[in-house]
Amino acid sequence: MTVHQSSSPQPPLLTLRGITKSFPGVLANDHIDLDVYAGEIHALLGENGAGKSTLMKILFGFYKADAGEIHINSQRVAIHTPRDAHAHQIGMVFQDLNLIPAFSVAENIALFLPDLKQIIDPKWIDQRISEVSRQYDLQVDPQALVSHLSIGDQQKAEILKLLLSDARILILDEPTRVLAPHEIDALYRVLDNLRKDGYAIILITHKLLEVMNFADRITVLRGGKVAGSILRTEADQKKLIAMMFDKTIADVKRTVSVTAVDVSQPVLELKELSTAADGAGMELKSVSLKIHPGEIVGVAGVSGNGQKELAEMILGIEPVRSGKKVLFGEDATRFSVGEMRAKGVAFIPESPLQSAVVPWLPVLPNSILTRTGRYARRSGFSLDWAQARKDLAESYHRLGFPLPHFFAQAKSLSGGNLQRMIIAREMTFPPRLILASYLTRGLDVQSAVAARQALLEARQTGAAILFISEDLDELFTLSDRLVVLFEGRIVQEISPAETTSYEIGLLMTGAQVQA
Amino acid sequence: MTAAENTVRPSLLQNKAVRTMLRYTGMIIFALLLFGLILLLSGQDPIQSYKDIFTATFGSAYGFSEVIVAMIPMLITALAVALPSRVGLINVGGEGQLYIGAAFATWAALTFKDLPSWGLIPLMVLLAMIGGALWAFIPGYLKAIGLVNETITSLLLNSVAPKIVGFLIFGYWHSALDTVKTPNFVDAARLPAFFGTRIHLGLIFGLVLLAAFWAVMKYTRWGLEMRSIGGNAQAALRNGLPVKKYLVIVMCIGGAIAGLAGMVQVSGFYGVLLLNFSLSLGFMGFLICWLAGGEPLGILLMSFVVSVIFTGGNLLQLTRGIPFATINVLLAIALFVVLAQPTFSLTREKSK
Repeated sequence: MTVHQSSSPQPPLLTLRGITKSFPGVLANDHIDLDVYAGEIHALLGENGAGKSTLMKILFGFYKADAGEIHINSQRVAIHTPRDAHAHQIGMVFQDLNLIPAFSVAENIALFLPDLKQIIDPKWIDQRISEVSRQYDLQVDPQALVSHLSIGDQQKAEILKLLLSDARILILDEPTRVLAPHEIDALYRVLDNLRKDGYAIILITHKLLEVMNFADRITVLRGGKVAGSILRTEADQKKLIAMMFDKTIADVKRTVSVTAVDVSQPVLELKELSTAADGAGMELKSVSLKIHPGEIVGVAGVSGNGQKELAEMILGIEPVRSGKKVLFGEDATRFSVGEMRAKGVAFIPESPLQSAVVPWLPVLPNSILTRTGRYARRSGFSLDWAQARKDLAESYHRLGFPLPHFFAQAKSLSGGNLQRMIIAREMTFPPRLILASYLTRGLDVQSAVAARQALLEARQTGAAILFISEDLDELFTLSDRLVVLFEGRIVQEISPAETTSYEIGLLMTGAQVQA
Repeated sequence: MTAAENTVRPSLLQNKAVRTMLRYTGMIIFALLLFGLILLLSGQDPIQSYKDIFTATFGSAYGFSEVIVAMIPMLITALAVALPSRVGLINVGGEGQLYIGAAFATWAALTFKDLPSWGLIPLMVLLAMIGGALWAFIPGYLKAIGLVNETITSLLLNSVAPKIVGFLIFGYWHSALDTVKTPNFVDAARLPAFFGTRIHLGLIFGLVLLAAFWAVMKYTRWGLEMRSIGGNAQAALRNGLPVKKYLVIVMCIGGAIAGLAGMVQVSGFYGVLLLNFSLSLGFMGFLICWLAGGEPLGILLMSFVVSVIFTGGNLLQLTRGIPFATINVLLAIALFVVLAQPTFSLTREKSK
């Protein structure tokens, strides 16, 4: 793809030496050394909690390191705030992005222009934006409101913002997590061009395949330490996995559902269901779907094509405009969320911190919020915390997740720990219908395997599962049946054995396929 | 991470409580200094003024009892704000709910004159709470169906309620001698007072409510559910909690508490329903609740502090000719300082 430049005599653009940072009870970074050269994509690989995000937040001035030095162009620099990082031409694309939704793309970018004049000249800004967006093929309408953009376009806007703010060192924190396959390719084309123009790019990721395809140099962190730093040319997947984990991991074996689909009554049946669009949301149009016990129905689609609405409509949040929702043979069209939950519906939402937990409540109270009634004693005047703790610990144990700190606030958990908490909470008592959105998002390889295994086990015991994902590999491995959502419609329903990821990819993007 | 770490609750609590206390003390001192400056500018001796306030309130048993008397309705109206705030509702309507509650209680007091005290007082309490709840139902319901923000509606209804009370007094209830108040309540409609002072049974009402508020929030299922709705309504909805029901019911209970404050004031303090009797007790409750950050112990302390300032201010007005409005300036400064939340030396720990 590109010529590797490590052989060139130039010194590293960015050097970290002995970066150490501890949080109460955790040594997040333990004497980390890192060299990043201009014109390379440097992948930072490691499982959840390995210290990647902490290291980058130190580099970006969010945290202050306990010890260690940062050098840029062989000059020692002090970075105490993101503003300092900015001044040293370091830019970061966060997982959740960092744009003001109510502003247009141009306004968001203008805020970060180092040479913004006192009187704002929109034409000049648009011109600056279009120059750079042409150069790197980052096409975004500068006048569009950020809140109206897809997540992929928002990311483009974010990258544009950094480029225009003169950043030379770009940090991308799991940039592909939220992107559809074709968007991922587009992103890497952009990164490739940036690399050719001498930008230094630090890429935080879990995805080995992307690392193998696009990175020049790979540094693996494990338990806060550098487990190794190697060139891509010297690396292979096995080697990287061995560096990331102490132990090797067993992968999910593809299994077939236990229940014959035809004989049983479906757990859930949607009959020509439509919803009304709410603001920027997508409306579901005449969706019909059956999920049987012991079956995983995979929902493929580019994010924003009605996945969120589908799951929330089934749960009872999104109001039904027309059509019928039948749960266990009973009309559940007007059921409240509480009633659906009581029937054994588990819900794993796409953004756990926003829609699953109360951020400042600790793990334990958060994990009983879905069934306060079960732990209520003396008709509600007290709660049985001991039992709650026992049940939660058992659930963690069953899932093979490491136990969390039960009194840590939910917002203090890392993305992976939070997702594990949600999964453990929803699986505490065997659910009969699981609505899982982006189940493995943010999970490290080991926990992702465990989470998928949990779904398969739930299927074994007869649960019906709606599995929403953008990861086609995952969809093909787990699903008994696949449906493709495009613009709020189910455009195809097919068995994974009878199709290819190429075909599904086309359907996801709205292309017509001859059936 | 070891098993022990998983089960031991971090001992942050004492630490945090100490820090909170320090912060509040610092802020009160800051507010007093600032106010002293204002007194100085208006030609008064701040130290003497503070001394006067102190002797008027702590200097005698009578003075102290008057502080408690002033504290009773404020304590209750603060709870009427604190409870809804736990589900994320901002109830600025305590004032209006208090008037309606007082009016409902007054109706009972004027209508069932022959009932014995043990029948009439509970009836008045019940009616006052129903009245306040009804008044709070309007903003609560409108909020729950997603129509109007409860802050606006509850605030605006504050100007409506006293007019309704005025209409009732002028039109139906006024005494033969005076058109701006009802006839004096019969003794059976008065809350009993203690110790030969004006401290009345309302104090017990307030303290019991305070304890109940604390216990419900800390120990019960409903407390947890309310906190989770206040903490993240979107998640609570998805977790299957009946969010709308909670919003309406909690707002109504808040209103009921404010209504009780109205009853306590007309039955315990005045013994008669006066036009515009409240003197912004509802707003004081709002102020106290925010000063206290909605915490039960804080509400008790802050309602006491505000009552000291209030009672002392009354005295300053009499003896030194300082307009009562300056006392409001002090309270406003205190609120400003609290809401601005100066972080002083406390470095904010960033969580991972």
